[in-house]
Amino acid sequence: MTEPLVLGIETSCDETGIGIVRGRTLLSNTIASSMDEHSRYGGVVPEVAARAHLEALQPSIDAALDEAGVSLRDLDAVAVTSGPGLAGALMVGVGAAKGLAVSLDKPLYAVNHLVGHIAADILTPESEPLEYPTVALLVSGGHTSLLHVRDLTTDVEMLGETMDDAAGEAFDKVARLLSLPYPGGPEIDRAAVDGDPDAIRFPRGLSRASDMAKHRYDFSFSGLKTAVARWVERCEADGVPVPVADVAASFREAVVDVLVTKALAACADLGVPRLLLGGGVIANRRLREVALSRAEAAGVTVRIPPLSLCTDNGAMIAALAAELISSGRHPSTLAFGADSTLPVTEIQVAERLTVPS
Amino acid sequence: MILAVDTSLGTAVATVGDDGVRAEASTADPLGHAEVIGDLLQRVIDGTDDAPVTQVVAGMGPGPFTGLRIGIAAARAFALGRGIPVLPVPSHFAPALRAIEADAVTGRFAIVTDARRREVAVTVFDGTDADGIPHVAADTVLVPRADLGSALEGLRAIEVSTLSAADLATVAARALRAGRQLADDEPLYMRHPDVTVPGAPKKVGL
Ligand SMILES: [Zn+2]
Repeated sequence: MTEPLVLGIETSCDETGIGIVRGRTLLSNTIASSMDEHSRYGGVVPEVAARAHLEALQPSIDAALDEAGVSLRDLDAVAVTSGPGLAGALMVGVGAAKGLAVSLDKPLYAVNHLVGHIAADILTPESEPLEYPTVALLVSGGHTSLLHVRDLTTDVEMLGETMDDAAGEAFDKVARLLSLPYPGGPEIDRAAVDGDPDAIRFPRGLSRASDMAKHRYDFSFSGLKTAVARWVERCEADGVPVPVADVAASFREAVVDVLVTKALAACADLGVPRLLLGGGVIANRRLREVALSRAEAAGVTVRIPPLSLCTDNGAMIAALAAELISSGRHPSTLAFGADSTLPVTEIQVAERLTVPS
Repeated sequence: MILAVDTSLGTAVATVGDDGVRAEASTADPLGHAEVIGDLLQRVIDGTDDAPVTQVVAGMGPGPFTGLRIGIAAARAFALGRGIPVLPVPSHFAPALRAIEADAVTGRFAIVTDARRREVAVTVFDGTDADGIPHVAADTVLVPRADLGSALEGLRAIEVSTLSAADLATVAARALRAGRQLADDEPLYMRHPDVTVPGAPKKVGL
């Protein structure tokens, strides 16, 4: 089969993503977000997200088919995120994907969300094909992971991940400390415009020499968040106004510094002069700027898919499945579930041993 | 041919035609809906010969949210794939029909299902109406399990931990014949999302 037509369903967090691809060509990237419903809670509420997925799925699938100009009957396969992510949210997508696959009598591919973020890059026809191996830094409200990608469909290794909050969560929590609305990323960015990133030296998590043996590529943002909280409290105790711009800029600098430092350390250690960025936090301009300039100095090429493909989406899930199909992989059985902690080494879940005749 | 799917308790799938039940598959496991729903659907579709499914029925709960949604999502996606409609039906109608027609229960009685957190979901029925659909005498409510006895005031309680998707399809067939809608598109969640709006940030101490 050349150029398989695949519909991907992604519901691992607060975006209901439906994507349609033909091979490496993007036909639709339809996203319904429940972000507004989470804003009053200051973070993603799993039950709110899962309820929103159930409501958004059918209209999103209809919209994606419309945009792509294809019908369900035309599909060669259905793809779905099996994990990692919020269990209850994932299960809505898994239930829908199975119902659709059985209804259409089409093969179903259950895939890994994190590897999907890497697959987003192959949907950019104007750029050269992704070269392997590459280091990938995936940063969002749900995950902060550093990966070594030797092959998209067969060989991805987790180098490190966050031990506590995801970077995006840290932005949300610090925004709250500064009385800024949710989501925190763009708010912190706005507040930091006139701030001095060097005004306050906030801690860089897991960056001491003593951390290097065990946590060289791991991240931790809870200490940073606490440091910001202490700083804000001290201002209040001293009766001086919180210098919001400086705090925002210095906090952001600490996050960006540790992300870029560890990603480039991995590139250097592994002798891999390529870095792929993915995840919603890549929308942060300062992170992109620092990554690009420091990577250039280190002789590392940086790839950043379009931001609409960096945030969680169904197109990346469809793209990963299309690559699996093109490489001859069998579909998944119908017996998989949602795995909130699915390891990145499981690129496809529950592959059939043989294709039934 | 009606295909009914319910994951409010275990996972239950069935097809029912004018001549009765065509295929049925279920598990009683109150967990693992996501894992089993695909194979159960496939088995029922394979067992329904060549008769095309023309209508899907989704059990709308009450039931633990996470599992309940899986069946509704699967039912809706199946219908989308075939270009056919979905009729939502409250899940308690299935055991109510069984009590009345198979077990000959007369008068008022309560269908009771576990709602987790030491609560049960209770719907009071009283026979069937002119369309042959169980008549709801009191809408579904959540009651602390410890208070169930006093809440029912001597009314007969029928507690079930599984239900039949074929029964659900039978109720739906009668509703369709009568042109009636038995539920909204929103699942019978019975509870608000379990969250609190955050107050001021906690002090971490200086
Ligand atoms: Zn993601």
